[in-house]
Amino acid sequence: MVLDKVVEILRNYKDEQDLEVTADSTFEELELDSLDTVELVMEIEEAFDTSIEMDGEIKTIGDVVALIEKAIA
Amino acid sequence: MSFTIIGTGAGLPKTIQTNQDLAQFLDTSNDWIVTRTGIEARHICVTESILDIALEASVNALENAKIKAQELDLIICPTLGGDTVTPSLACLIQDQLGATCPSFDLNAACSGFVYGLDVADAYFSRNNDMKILVIAVDAMSKLIDWQDRATAVLFGDGAGAAVLAGGNSLKAIQLTAVGNQHALSIPWPKGNHPLTKNRSKPEPYLLMDGPEVYRFAVAAICNDLRAVTKAAGIELADVDYIIPHQANLRIIEGAAKRLKIPLDKFVMRVNGCGNTSAASIPLVLDELNRNGQFKSGTRIALTAFGGGLTTGACVIEWA
Repeated sequence: MVLDKVVEILRNYKDEQDLEVTADSTFEELELDSLDTVELVMEIEEAFDTSIEMDGEIKTIGDVVALIEKAIA
Repeated sequence: MSFTIIGTGAGLPKTIQTNQDLAQFLDTSNDWIVTRTGIEARHICVTESILDIALEASVNALENAKIKAQELDLIICPTLGGDTVTPSLACLIQDQLGATCPSFDLNAACSGFVYGLDVADAYFSRNNDMKILVIAVDAMSKLIDWQDRATAVLFGDGAGAAVLAGGNSLKAIQLTAVGNQHALSIPWPKGNHPLTKNRSKPEPYLLMDGPEVYRFAVAAICNDLRAVTKAAGIELADVDYIIPHQANLRIIEGAAKRLKIPLDKFVMRVNGCGNTSAASIPLVLDELNRNGQFKSGTRIALTAFGGGLTTGACVIEWA
Protein backbone atom coordinates (compact mmCIF):
# COMPACT_ATOMS: atom_id res chain seq x y z
CA MET A 1 0.00 0.00 0.00
CA VAL A 2 2.58 2.54 1.17
CA LEU A 3 5.03 1.28 -1.45
CA ASP A 4 2.48 1.75 -4.28
CA LYS A 5 1.82 5.34 -3.22
CA VAL A 6 5.53 6.10 -2.84
CA VAL A 7 6.22 4.69 -6.31
CA GLU A 8 3.41 6.82 -7.76
CA ILE A 9 4.87 9.97 -6.13
CA LEU A 10 8.33 9.06 -7.38
CA ARG A 11 7.11 8.52 -10.96
CA ASN A 12 5.34 11.89 -10.88
CA TYR A 13 8.42 13.56 -9.38
CA LYS A 14 10.65 12.22 -12.15
CA ASP A 15 7.86 12.64 -14.72
CA GLU A 16 8.50 9.07 -15.92
CA GLN A 17 5.36 6.96 -15.62
CA ASP A 18 7.09 3.79 -16.85
CA LEU A 19 9.96 4.02 -14.36
CA GLU A 20 10.94 0.59 -13.00
CA VAL A 21 10.97 0.86 -9.21
CA THR A 22 11.14 -1.74 -6.44
CA ALA A 23 11.66 -1.46 -2.69
CA ASP A 24 15.32 -2.27 -3.31
CA SER A 25 15.85 0.58 -5.79
CA THR A 26 18.41 3.02 -4.43
CA PHE A 27 18.15 6.76 -4.88
CA GLU A 28 21.54 6.60 -6.58
CA GLU A 29 20.22 4.10 -9.18
CA LEU A 30 17.22 6.36 -9.71
CA GLU A 31 19.64 9.25 -10.37
CA LEU A 32 18.34 11.26 -7.41
CA ASP A 33 20.85 13.39 -5.49
CA SER A 34 20.59 14.36 -1.81
CA LEU A 35 18.34 17.36 -2.48
CA ASP A 36 16.08 15.28 -4.77
CA THR A 37 15.82 12.75 -1.94
CA VAL A 38 14.79 15.37 0.60
CA GLU A 39 12.31 16.97 -1.84
CA LEU A 40 10.81 13.57 -2.51
CA VAL A 41 10.61 12.75 1.20
CA MET A 42 8.81 16.06 1.79
CA GLU A 43 6.26 15.22 -0.92
CA ILE A 44 5.76 11.76 0.54
CA GLU A 45 5.31 13.25 4.03
CA GLU A 46 2.63 15.59 2.69
CA ALA A 47 0.83 12.74 0.92
CA PHE A 48 0.70 10.69 4.12
CA ASP A 49 0.21 13.74 6.36
CA THR A 50 3.07 12.73 8.61
CA SER A 51 6.73 13.52 9.13
CA ILE A 52 9.75 11.26 9.39
CA GLU A 53 13.22 11.70 10.84
CA MET A 54 15.92 11.80 8.18
CA ASP A 55 18.77 11.34 10.68
CA GLY A 56 19.45 7.75 9.66
CA GLU A 57 20.75 6.66 6.30
CA ILE A 58 18.04 6.65 3.65
CA LYS A 59 19.42 4.78 0.68
CA THR A 60 16.51 2.86 -0.85
CA ILE A 61 12.83 3.35 -1.57
CA GLY A 62 12.22 0.57 0.96
CA ASP A 63 13.97 2.64 3.65
CA VAL A 64 11.47 5.48 3.10
CA VAL A 65 8.51 3.06 3.03
CA ALA A 66 9.63 1.54 6.34
CA LEU A 67 9.92 4.98 7.99
CA ILE A 68 6.49 6.02 6.72
CA GLU A 69 4.89 2.76 7.86
CA LYS A 70 6.42 3.26 11.31
CA ALA A 71 5.23 6.90 11.44
CA ILE A 72 1.61 6.13 10.51
CA ALA A 73 1.31 2.87 12.49
CA MET B 1 4.67 54.61 13.16
CA SER B 2 7.57 52.60 12.00
CA PHE B 3 10.11 53.28 9.26
CA THR B 4 10.45 53.82 5.56
CA ILE B 5 13.49 52.95 3.44
CA ILE B 6 14.97 56.18 2.08
CA GLY B 7 18.12 54.76 0.48
CA THR B 8 19.91 51.54 -0.41
CA GLY B 9 23.46 50.57 -1.32
CA ALA B 10 25.62 47.64 -2.36
CA GLY B 11 29.28 46.71 -2.06
CA LEU B 12 30.83 43.75 -3.86
CA PRO B 13 34.50 42.79 -4.03
CA LYS B 14 35.92 43.16 -7.53
CA THR B 15 37.28 39.61 -7.92
CA ILE B 16 34.72 37.32 -9.56
CA GLN B 17 35.18 33.56 -9.51
CA THR B 18 33.12 31.51 -11.96
CA ASN B 19 32.25 27.85 -11.54
CA GLN B 20 34.94 27.09 -14.13
CA ASP B 21 37.46 28.87 -11.89
CA LEU B 22 36.45 26.64 -8.96
CA ALA B 23 36.72 23.52 -11.14
CA GLN B 24 40.46 24.32 -11.46
CA PHE B 25 41.04 23.33 -7.82
CA LEU B 26 37.89 21.41 -6.80
CA ASP B 27 36.48 18.16 -8.19
CA THR B 28 33.36 19.86 -9.59
CA SER B 29 31.99 21.32 -12.81
CA ASN B 30 29.89 24.24 -14.00
CA ASP B 31 27.07 21.88 -14.95
CA TRP B 32 27.06 20.17 -11.53
CA ILE B 33 26.92 23.47 -9.64
CA VAL B 34 24.34 25.17 -11.89
CA THR B 35 21.87 22.27 -11.92
CA ARG B 36 22.05 21.83 -8.13
CA THR B 37 22.18 25.45 -7.00
CA GLY B 38 21.55 27.92 -9.84
CA ILE B 39 24.89 29.60 -8.96
CA GLU B 40 27.23 30.61 -11.82
CA ALA B 41 29.71 32.98 -10.15
CA ARG B 42 30.50 34.72 -6.88
CA HIS B 43 32.51 37.75 -5.69
CA ILE B 44 35.46 37.06 -3.36
CA CYS B 45 37.35 39.47 -1.07
CA VAL B 46 40.97 39.19 -2.22
CA THR B 47 42.38 42.70 -1.89
CA GLU B 48 39.39 44.16 -0.02
CA SER B 49 38.78 43.91 3.72
CA ILE B 50 35.29 43.20 5.04
CA LEU B 51 35.23 46.83 6.19
CA ASP B 52 35.98 48.01 2.62
CA ILE B 53 32.88 46.40 1.09
CA ALA B 54 30.73 47.41 4.06
CA LEU B 55 31.86 51.02 3.61
CA GLU B 56 31.13 50.95 -0.12
CA ALA B 57 27.55 49.79 0.55
CA SER B 58 27.11 52.32 3.37
CA VAL B 59 28.37 55.28 1.35
CA ASN B 60 26.16 54.26 -1.61
CA ALA B 61 23.12 54.01 0.67
CA LEU B 62 23.77 57.39 2.30
CA GLU B 63 24.17 59.02 -1.15
CA ASN B 64 20.97 57.33 -2.34
CA ALA B 65 19.18 58.60 0.78
CA LYS B 66 20.69 62.08 0.27
CA ILE B 67 21.79 62.35 3.89
CA LYS B 68 25.17 62.80 5.57
CA ALA B 69 26.74 60.26 7.92
CA GLN B 70 26.64 62.86 10.70
CA GLU B 71 22.82 62.73 10.52
CA LEU B 72 22.74 59.03 11.49
CA ASP B 73 21.34 58.20 14.94
CA LEU B 74 22.25 54.48 14.90
CA ILE B 75 24.29 51.98 12.89
CA ILE B 76 23.26 48.31 13.03
CA CYS B 77 25.59 45.87 11.30
CA PRO B 78 24.16 42.37 10.78
CA THR B 79 27.20 40.13 10.23
CA LEU B 80 28.80 36.86 11.29
CA GLY B 81 31.83 38.99 12.08
CA GLY B 82 34.12 41.62 10.64
CA ASP B 83 37.89 41.84 10.30
CA THR B 84 38.29 42.05 14.09
CA VAL B 85 36.39 40.59 17.03
CA THR B 86 36.63 43.99 18.60
CA PRO B 87 36.21 46.76 17.57
CA SER B 88 32.91 45.68 16.10
CA LEU B 89 32.53 46.21 12.38
CA ALA B 90 29.75 48.71 13.10
CA CYS B 91 32.16 50.88 15.12
CA LEU B 92 34.78 50.82 12.36
CA ILE B 93 32.12 51.75 9.78
CA GLN B 94 31.00 54.60 12.05
CA ASP B 95 34.57 55.89 12.32
CA GLN B 96 35.29 55.70 8.58
CA LEU B 97 31.98 57.33 7.66
CA GLY B 98 32.56 60.14 10.15
CA ALA B 99 29.34 59.34 12.02
CA THR B 100 29.05 59.84 15.78
CA CYS B 101 26.06 57.62 16.69
CA PRO B 102 25.87 54.38 18.74
CA SER B 103 26.87 51.38 16.60
CA PHE B 104 26.79 47.63 17.09
CA ASP B 105 27.02 44.30 15.26
CA LEU B 106 24.15 41.80 15.28
CA ASN B 107 24.66 38.10 14.52
CA ALA B 108 21.64 36.28 13.12
CA ALA B 109 23.57 34.69 10.22
CA CYS B 110 21.67 34.82 6.92
CA SER B 111 18.56 36.25 8.62
CA GLY B 112 20.60 39.21 9.90
CA PHE B 113 19.16 41.93 7.66
CA VAL B 114 15.56 41.17 8.67
CA TYR B 115 16.65 40.92 12.34
CA GLY B 116 18.29 44.34 11.87
CA LEU B 117 15.07 45.80 10.47
CA ASP B 118 13.14 44.47 13.47
CA VAL B 119 15.59 46.04 15.94
CA ALA B 120 15.40 49.32 14.01
CA ASP B 121 11.60 49.16 14.14
CA ALA B 122 11.80 49.01 17.94
CA TYR B 123 14.01 52.13 18.02
CA PHE B 124 11.53 53.98 15.80
CA SER B 125 8.72 53.09 18.19
CA ARG B 126 10.70 54.94 20.87
CA ASN B 127 11.66 57.92 18.72
CA ASN B 128 10.26 58.36 15.24
CA ASP B 129 12.64 61.20 14.37
CA MET B 130 15.70 59.08 13.67
CA LYS B 131 17.90 57.96 10.79
CA ILE B 132 19.22 54.40 11.06
CA LEU B 133 21.76 52.66 8.82
CA VAL B 134 21.37 48.87 8.58
CA ILE B 135 24.52 47.57 6.86
CA ALA B 136 24.57 43.79 6.37
CA VAL B 137 27.90 42.28 5.35
CA ASP B 138 29.52 38.86 5.29
CA ALA B 139 32.69 37.42 3.78
CA MET B 140 31.79 33.75 3.64
CA SER B 141 34.97 33.04 1.64
CA LYS B 142 36.88 33.37 4.92
CA LEU B 143 34.60 30.92 6.76
CA ILE B 144 34.38 27.96 4.39
CA ASP B 145 36.73 25.09 3.64
CA TRP B 146 37.89 25.60 0.05
CA GLN B 147 38.71 21.89 -0.16
CA ASP B 148 35.09 20.88 0.53
CA ARG B 149 33.28 20.90 -2.80
CA ALA B 150 29.88 20.36 -1.14
CA THR B 151 29.92 23.77 0.58
CA ALA B 152 32.65 25.84 -1.12
CA VAL B 153 30.62 26.31 -4.31
CA LEU B 154 27.63 27.79 -2.50
CA PHE B 155 28.91 31.06 -1.05
CA GLY B 156 30.23 34.49 -1.95
CA ASP B 157 31.13 37.80 -0.29
CA GLY B 158 29.11 41.01 -0.31
CA ALA B 159 27.53 43.91 1.55
CA GLY B 160 24.09 45.52 1.29
CA ALA B 161 22.74 48.52 3.16
CA ALA B 162 19.53 50.42 3.77
CA VAL B 163 18.98 53.84 5.36
CA LEU B 164 15.75 54.05 7.36
CA ALA B 165 13.77 57.10 8.48
CA GLY B 166 10.49 57.37 10.40
CA GLY B 167 7.51 56.33 8.29
CA ASN B 168 4.81 53.77 7.65
CA SER B 169 6.37 51.32 5.18
CA LEU B 170 6.76 48.35 7.49
CA LYS B 171 3.41 46.53 7.45
CA ALA B 172 4.38 43.37 9.35
CA ILE B 173 7.54 41.66 10.57
CA GLN B 174 8.23 38.36 12.28
CA LEU B 175 11.39 36.71 13.60
CA THR B 176 11.94 33.13 14.76
CA ALA B 177 14.83 31.15 16.26
CA VAL B 178 15.20 27.47 17.05
CA GLY B 179 18.66 26.77 18.45
CA ASN B 180 20.36 23.97 16.50
CA GLN B 181 24.09 23.34 16.29
CA HIS B 182 23.89 20.27 14.07
CA ALA B 183 22.27 21.69 10.93
CA LEU B 184 24.67 24.56 10.31
CA SER B 185 27.64 25.76 12.30
CA ILE B 186 31.01 27.44 12.01
CA PRO B 187 33.28 26.45 14.92
CA TRP B 188 35.52 29.15 16.30
CA PRO B 189 38.44 27.52 18.11
CA LYS B 190 40.24 30.33 19.88
CA GLY B 191 42.86 30.86 22.52
CA ASN B 192 46.30 29.56 23.47
CA HIS B 193 45.94 28.92 27.18
CA PRO B 194 48.58 26.32 28.16
CA LEU B 195 45.92 24.01 29.64
CA THR B 196 44.03 23.87 26.33
CA LYS B 197 46.91 23.68 23.88
CA ASN B 198 46.88 19.86 23.58
CA ARG B 199 43.12 19.55 23.32
CA SER B 200 41.81 18.89 19.85
CA LYS B 201 40.12 21.84 18.22
CA PRO B 202 37.67 21.76 15.32
CA GLU B 203 38.61 23.35 12.02
CA PRO B 204 37.15 26.89 11.83
CA TYR B 205 35.09 26.17 8.74
CA LEU B 206 31.40 25.90 7.94
CA LEU B 207 29.68 22.56 8.56
CA MET B 208 26.25 21.99 7.08
CA ASP B 209 23.71 19.20 6.86
CA GLY B 210 22.40 20.15 3.41
CA PRO B 211 19.20 18.07 3.37
CA GLU B 212 18.22 19.22 6.88
CA VAL B 213 18.85 22.87 6.00
CA TYR B 214 16.84 22.43 2.80
CA ARG B 215 13.85 21.10 4.74
CA PHE B 216 14.13 23.88 7.31
CA ALA B 217 14.47 26.57 4.63
CA VAL B 218 11.48 25.49 2.52
CA ALA B 219 9.26 25.25 5.62
CA ALA B 220 10.53 28.63 6.90
CA ILE B 221 9.72 30.45 3.66
CA CYS B 222 6.23 28.93 3.45
CA ASN B 223 5.32 29.49 7.11
CA ASP B 224 6.85 32.97 7.43
CA LEU B 225 5.39 34.35 4.19
CA ARG B 226 1.92 33.09 5.13
CA ALA B 227 2.27 34.62 8.62
CA VAL B 228 3.53 38.08 7.61
CA THR B 229 1.08 38.56 4.74
CA LYS B 230 -1.75 37.58 7.08
CA ALA B 231 -0.46 40.02 9.72
CA ALA B 232 -0.25 42.74 7.05
CA GLY B 233 -3.84 42.01 6.02
CA ILE B 234 -2.96 41.05 2.45
CA GLU B 235 -2.84 37.92 0.30
CA LEU B 236 0.43 36.52 -0.99
CA ALA B 237 -0.88 37.26 -4.49
CA ASP B 238 -1.00 40.99 -3.57
CA VAL B 239 2.79 41.09 -3.08
CA ASP B 240 4.66 42.54 -6.08
CA TYR B 241 8.13 41.21 -5.28
CA ILE B 242 9.20 38.45 -2.91
CA ILE B 243 12.91 38.84 -2.12
CA PRO B 244 14.08 35.63 -0.46
CA HIS B 245 17.49 35.01 1.08
CA GLN B 246 19.57 34.00 -1.93
CA ALA B 247 20.89 30.59 -0.88
CA ASN B 248 19.96 28.12 -3.56
CA LEU B 249 17.51 28.24 -6.46
CA ARG B 250 16.15 24.81 -5.58
CA ILE B 251 15.04 25.94 -2.11
CA ILE B 252 12.97 28.68 -3.75
CA GLU B 253 11.56 26.29 -6.35
CA GLY B 254 10.50 23.97 -3.54
CA ALA B 255 8.85 26.82 -1.60
CA ALA B 256 7.07 28.29 -4.66
CA LYS B 257 5.63 24.87 -5.49
CA ARG B 258 4.28 24.41 -1.96
CA LEU B 259 2.90 27.94 -1.76
CA LYS B 260 1.33 27.45 -5.20
CA ILE B 261 2.66 30.77 -6.48
CA PRO B 262 4.64 31.33 -9.69
CA LEU B 263 8.42 31.09 -9.33
CA ASP B 264 8.88 34.46 -11.06
CA LYS B 265 7.24 36.18 -8.07
CA PHE B 266 10.56 35.46 -6.29
CA VAL B 267 13.43 37.73 -7.30
CA MET B 268 16.46 35.46 -7.72
CA ARG B 269 20.01 36.74 -8.13
CA VAL B 270 21.88 33.75 -6.71
CA ASN B 271 23.42 33.12 -10.15
CA GLY B 272 25.87 36.04 -9.93
CA CYS B 273 26.68 36.26 -6.21
CA GLY B 274 26.06 32.85 -4.61
CA ASN B 275 24.93 32.92 -0.99
CA THR B 276 26.25 36.16 0.55
CA SER B 277 24.62 35.41 3.94
CA ALA B 278 23.21 38.55 5.63
CA ALA B 279 23.98 40.69 2.57
CA SER B 280 21.91 38.73 0.08
CA ILE B 281 18.52 40.40 0.62
CA PRO B 282 19.73 44.05 0.74
CA LEU B 283 21.88 43.44 -2.37
CA VAL B 284 18.73 42.50 -4.32
CA LEU B 285 16.74 45.30 -2.68
CA ASP B 286 19.36 47.80 -3.87
CA GLU B 287 19.38 46.49 -7.43
CA LEU B 288 15.58 46.77 -7.79
CA ASN B 289 15.56 50.18 -6.12
CA ARG B 290 18.23 51.57 -8.46
CA ASN B 291 16.45 50.08 -11.49
CA GLY B 292 13.37 52.10 -10.53
CA GLN B 293 11.22 49.02 -9.99
CA PHE B 294 9.77 50.29 -6.70
CA LYS B 295 6.92 52.84 -6.98
CA SER B 296 4.84 54.32 -4.21
CA GLY B 297 2.65 51.45 -2.98
CA THR B 298 4.83 48.62 -4.34
CA ARG B 299 4.54 45.68 -1.93
CA ILE B 300 7.74 43.80 -1.12
CA ALA B 301 8.04 40.70 1.06
CA LEU B 302 11.43 39.73 2.45
CA THR B 303 12.00 36.19 3.74
CA ALA B 304 15.24 35.00 5.30
CA PHE B 305 16.54 31.82 6.94
CA GLY B 306 19.93 30.77 8.20
CA GLY B 307 22.26 29.61 10.93
CA GLY B 308 20.93 29.63 14.46
CA LEU B 309 18.61 28.39 13.15
CA THR B 310 16.97 31.76 12.58
CA THR B 311 14.28 33.03 10.24
CA GLY B 312 12.77 36.44 9.59
CA ALA B 313 10.21 37.85 7.20
CA CYS B 314 8.46 41.16 6.64
CA VAL B 315 6.12 43.05 4.34
CA ILE B 316 7.18 46.52 3.22
CA GLU B 317 5.11 48.97 1.21
CA TRP B 318 7.38 51.36 -0.68
CA ALA B 319 6.74 54.99 0.25
